[in-house]
Amino acid sequence: MSRPERTKPEKIRCDACPVLCFIADGKSGACDRYANHAGELVRLDPLTIVETADAPLVPFMKDGAEWDGDIVKGNRPFVTAVGAGTTYPDYKPAPFIVSQDIDGIDMVTVVTEGIFSYCGVKVKIDTDRHIGDERDIVYAQGEAIGHVMTSEYGSKMLSLGGVEHLTGGSKKEGRATCAALLALCNRAAVTLSIGVGDHATEVIVQAGQAPVINGDTERLMRVGCGSATIGMFAKQWLGLVDDVVVVDDHITGVLSEHEAGKQLDLPATGIKIKGRRSTPGRYFQVAEPGTGWGGTDIDDPLTILGPFNPKVARAGMRLLMVSTTGEQFAYYELDEALEPQPHDLPTALRKSTDLIAENCEPSVCSVLFMGGAGGSLRAGVTENPVRLTRSVKDALTHVSCGGAKPYVWPGGGITVMVDVLDMPEMSFGYVPTPALVAPIEFTLRASDYAALGGYVDQVKTVAQIETASARRVQRSTQGHDPLAAQHYHWTKADKG
Amino acid sequence: MVPVAQILGDRLHLQHGPIDLIIGADGARAQAFAAARDRFETVLEELVAEIDLLHRPIGPETVQPHGETAARMMAAGRQFAPTAFVTPMAGVAGAVAETVLQAMTSTAELTRAYVNNGGDIALHLTQDTEFTMAMAGHDARSLGQIRITHADPIRGISTSGQHGRSFSCGIADSVTVLAATAAKADVAATLIANAVDLADHPAIRRQPACEVDENTDLGRRLVVTGCGRLGTDAITAALANGQARAEGFIARGQINGACLFLQGQSRGVGHSPVTILEGTPEYA
Repeated sequence: MSRPERTKPEKIRCDACPVLCFIADGKSGACDRYANHAGELVRLDPLTIVETADAPLVPFMKDGAEWDGDIVKGNRPFVTAVGAGTTYPDYKPAPFIVSQDIDGIDMVTVVTEGIFSYCGVKVKIDTDRHIGDERDIVYAQGEAIGHVMTSEYGSKMLSLGGVEHLTGGSKKEGRATCAALLALCNRAAVTLSIGVGDHATEVIVQAGQAPVINGDTERLMRVGCGSATIGMFAKQWLGLVDDVVVVDDHITGVLSEHEAGKQLDLPATGIKIKGRRSTPGRYFQVAEPGTGWGGTDIDDPLTILGPFNPKVARAGMRLLMVSTTGEQFAYYELDEALEPQPHDLPTALRKSTDLIAENCEPSVCSVLFMGGAGGSLRAGVTENPVRLTRSVKDALTHVSCGGAKPYVWPGGGITVMVDVLDMPEMSFGYVPTPALVAPIEFTLRASDYAALGGYVDQVKTVAQIETASARRVQRSTQGHDPLAAQHYHWTKADKG
Repeated sequence: MVPVAQILGDRLHLQHGPIDLIIGADGARAQAFAAARDRFETVLEELVAEIDLLHRPIGPETVQPHGETAARMMAAGRQFAPTAFVTPMAGVAGAVAETVLQAMTSTAELTRAYVNNGGDIALHLTQDTEFTMAMAGHDARSLGQIRITHADPIRGISTSGQHGRSFSCGIADSVTVLAATAAKADVAATLIANAVDLADHPAIRRQPACEVDENTDLGRRLVVTGCGRLGTDAITAALANGQARAEGFIARGQINGACLFLQGQSRGVGHSPVTILEGTPEYA
């Protein structure tokens, strides 16, 4: 054969079988089992089996030998859909319909990788820094892939992907969206740009890792808003300082004016905070949002102070200014002109700023995959797709994603949301549609499966699945067992 | 990757590279399965040894291959080569099924056996036995039933079309062909499915085969990459084109019968023991 000489360098030779396909980047070989992924030969279908930590590898049938693995409660393997392959858009039975005898009940898991055109990720970024306004557009590779949504306590939230960006916009937009979603779901870091022009913020997001905002790695979530921080730590400051300002983009707190200070009989200090006063000791909008102190744009906290009231203030007064994470702090004493002059932070006060920092949780990015199991995916499970939906709602069928427990939204359809960190690594793939390929499993009693019009004749036992090449992973820290009886409605009624 | 063999209930699954076989046997089953596994060990290697020859279009100059499976492919392909572009690869799936079935029946006493190579099926029947098979659409709808008895001259069934793993130059959802051997059925199904087509129809998307898969034996020939909804007249016309080719094959004794399916319409051609179900409802 003279083909090697004509082969372009980016093609690789697959030696998995004697066919020895030359596979170009992004293509699969004749068997559809091996592919060239950026110059690397990858196996497309290593089924992933979740096992508990101390469970032995279950010996599967080889050379026709009978399987003698004992499925014991607690360390039974669960065949995930990772690598199962998909039949979309051909509504053929799902690639693997696995049956397993659990506590005397013949359970069926329909294992398929679903292609989700309606899918995206919800990203929770633990930070008080300003990363963009609500409804700002989020860009990846210069393309719009989502937007900033409602902030949560101590966290900024992004909604990325979805059908409008995947297939509703330009081809380039769809590809950029798909690439960003795929990377985020497979736990890789993705650089996002939020907003436009000089308003733009660059955020690097990676599941389970701290966000990097405009080049700075975020470390801590704020312990609470400025006002809450005053309330929590007021007693720590008693006798050590005359006033404390906790700088916060949301609500800046002032100890001497705050209810907590009043309860401790702290006298007024004549301090003047720029910004809109809410209730005593609580101020909104002391500065613009940004990546400085407490999510504001300031680096010098004195810029939020007006002149002290000479009728109340006196020279030598001690003032602590601190951010809501305790990461930034400054200590001042008033001079004869009632101007705050910086001094080293006394050790006793240092303890209070350390305590604030200690009470802040590490800042991480959480990536939740969200998608809906549509018509063709459900048709892979049963001839009557709506019955599957009803069966899920009736708690006869348990849904899992790569063995992990998703949140199943109420209402119609099967709309799931799942933390990618609970799923096996590299659980996601894509198709050029573009759309994400994500694992989804439906587990139910064999009798229920037959009742909803399932492909009963396609059911294999776990022992019959070709697993010599399967990837085995341990159960995630979430410890979810999709086969556990408590997920099912029937445990409360009959045991048939 | 070496060939993999596993028992699935009372069936045997053999897999090596792109080949997946599901095998059933009544009679001396264990002996038959052992024979199938032994024979399967080298089937893919034998094919690869002659792959360049098997990838080239069959012409008057084409030499005879050495391997058992390759010889079956060539014999089947030659029968159709005068009428169309055919490479021996068109019959590879059916020929592999035949080779493995042959190994089983020559070793073990079997009343009935089949080797199903991804929809290309080689059959073994003895006196008073029969096979009943369902034709299923790619959407798992039942399209009809096929009942083959020992008396029928049919030992090969093959299905080809848009939704299979191989390329099609036509738009048929599926074409099922019944013939004396699986390799012949395989080649004919491919050729009939290619003929179910319409020239220059805007709903049909095509691309040169080598742009979709560089390892194809079809070169720059256009293959169908998608087909939208067609009007009733267009479906009728496309099926008529396929039907004409199928009738030609039947008239020359190359196949026994064929069933053609396209977007809810179907055609049965030839005298074949087939019940085609019609009017099955669609769902999404």
